[in-house]
Amino acid sequence: MTGTAESLSAPYTVEFPFERTVGPTIGTFLGGLRDGQLYGVRTERGVLCPPLEFEPGTGAETGELVPVADTGTVTSWTWVPSREGDPVPHDFAWALIAIDGTIGALFHAVDVDGDSGRMTTGMRVRARWRTERVGQLSDIECFEVTS
Amino acid sequence: MRDVAVVAWAQSPCRAANRRDDMAGILLPVIRETVNTVGIDRDDVDFVASGSHDFYEGRTFSYIDSLDAVGAWPPISESHVESDAAWALAEAWSWLQLGEGDIALVYGIGRGSLPADLDQVMPAQLDPYYLAPLAPHRDAIAGLQARSTIEAGLTSEQGMAEVASRCLASALDNPLAQRSEQVDAAQLLEAPYVSSPLREHDVAPVGDAAAVVILAAGDAARRLAERPAWLRGVDHRMDTHYPGVRDLSESPSTGRAAHRAAELAGFSASDVDVAELHTEYSHQEAILSGALGLKGAAVNPSGGPLAGRPATATGLIRVGEAARHILDGRADRTLAHATSGPALQQNLVCLLEGDG
Repeated sequence: MTGTAESLSAPYTVEFPFERTVGPTIGTFLGGLRDGQLYGVRTERGVLCPPLEFEPGTGAETGELVPVADTGTVTSWTWVPSREGDPVPHDFAWALIAIDGTIGALFHAVDVDGDSGRMTTGMRVRARWRTERVGQLSDIECFEVTS
Repeated sequence: MRDVAVVAWAQSPCRAANRRDDMAGILLPVIRETVNTVGIDRDDVDFVASGSHDFYEGRTFSYIDSLDAVGAWPPISESHVESDAAWALAEAWSWLQLGEGDIALVYGIGRGSLPADLDQVMPAQLDPYYLAPLAPHRDAIAGLQARSTIEAGLTSEQGMAEVASRCLASALDNPLAQRSEQVDAAQLLEAPYVSSPLREHDVAPVGDAAAVVILAAGDAARRLAERPAWLRGVDHRMDTHYPGVRDLSESPSTGRAAHRAAELAGFSASDVDVAELHTEYSHQEAILSGALGLKGAAVNPSGGPLAGRPATATGLIRVGEAARHILDGRADRTLAHATSGPALQQNLVCLLEGDG
């Protein structure tokens, strides 16, 4: 290729413009979020939250959905600058949160008022629910430190 | 099993952005270089396999553009993977095992620079219900993995900076690298976090490039290369997608792929002189070295991905670099690793060997 002209480009928007049936496991979990209630799913090793249709270690089908607490323990975290569309309007952490009484960990945001010095692995957190909930992960605005 | 070898390999320079050439324009000179290296005509190629992602280009079937550089008329036998082109290499290797042809051309092409904001694009690779709606920053899941790896005692921020420092220094000898410099770990540690504990040097720089590997089977390989780089073992495995149900400081799928590749090869990762690892982040070198069981191998002497990560070509470049040491007669046994998905979710291992 010769010449100095730049190749053509055009703007585009990333979107997921489909409606899907999510099935009984994920459907119950998302429905629970709308009701302000977290659910886990029974497996041979314990209650898994968030619930998956299959046990990740063995591929065995998972069982009954059960309500679980909305409190937990941070098992890992990363501090990031807040950007447009993020769940927290100031700098915050993305974290893995082991929900009390469950195995596995939930990926969500943790708000510590922009002070990264307050983040530690092992810290205790609680879900901050939105008042208007529609059945998706953002029905939990973020997690916050339990006092 | 048929003996299948890398007989030629080339890549274009890793650039932070190439706004002058389209996919075919980046790819064409690289295909010419490999075809000329082995002295074949494009009609001699029995199978073509490629890897790229539509979500960088922002349109469906975008790779069709790149076929202009291959020449698809009269009709050819070709395939494409929506992944790093190392997986296209695995497909071509399998295709040659079927015995329907002797020569395959594999290419990877990607322009990671095209999205105006990668944070908008990278969630496209995530679970659409539990992860993508939260639209985490492009490096957030890797940041969680880095902290888990540090807290498991496998590395430290200092150790990660030392990996980056070593890779950037190695890249001074690689004219196709995107980044290269002589810089102390201490100096790197002065930089701010991008997604703690990751700093800029810990994150492989995304960019634009193409890579091409020519594979040949049996006598064709012996005819085309003085010292073919035999692919003695190839395998790929994956872990569960959701990061909350994995121990992020481990990579069991890398271990399983390495084990199977070793069964095929008759030697293992602990026997190689050189290992080219697809480290999208500096902390992953510690995870991968452990999962593979490397012993004394030179890791990423090309500089590795921390010196240049062209979208969907980076894994294939690892295979090409690992092969180059054998083709040039500088090593007898080498390893290439490639990854795809968040936090090392999917992993591919190749064990390569030269004739004595």
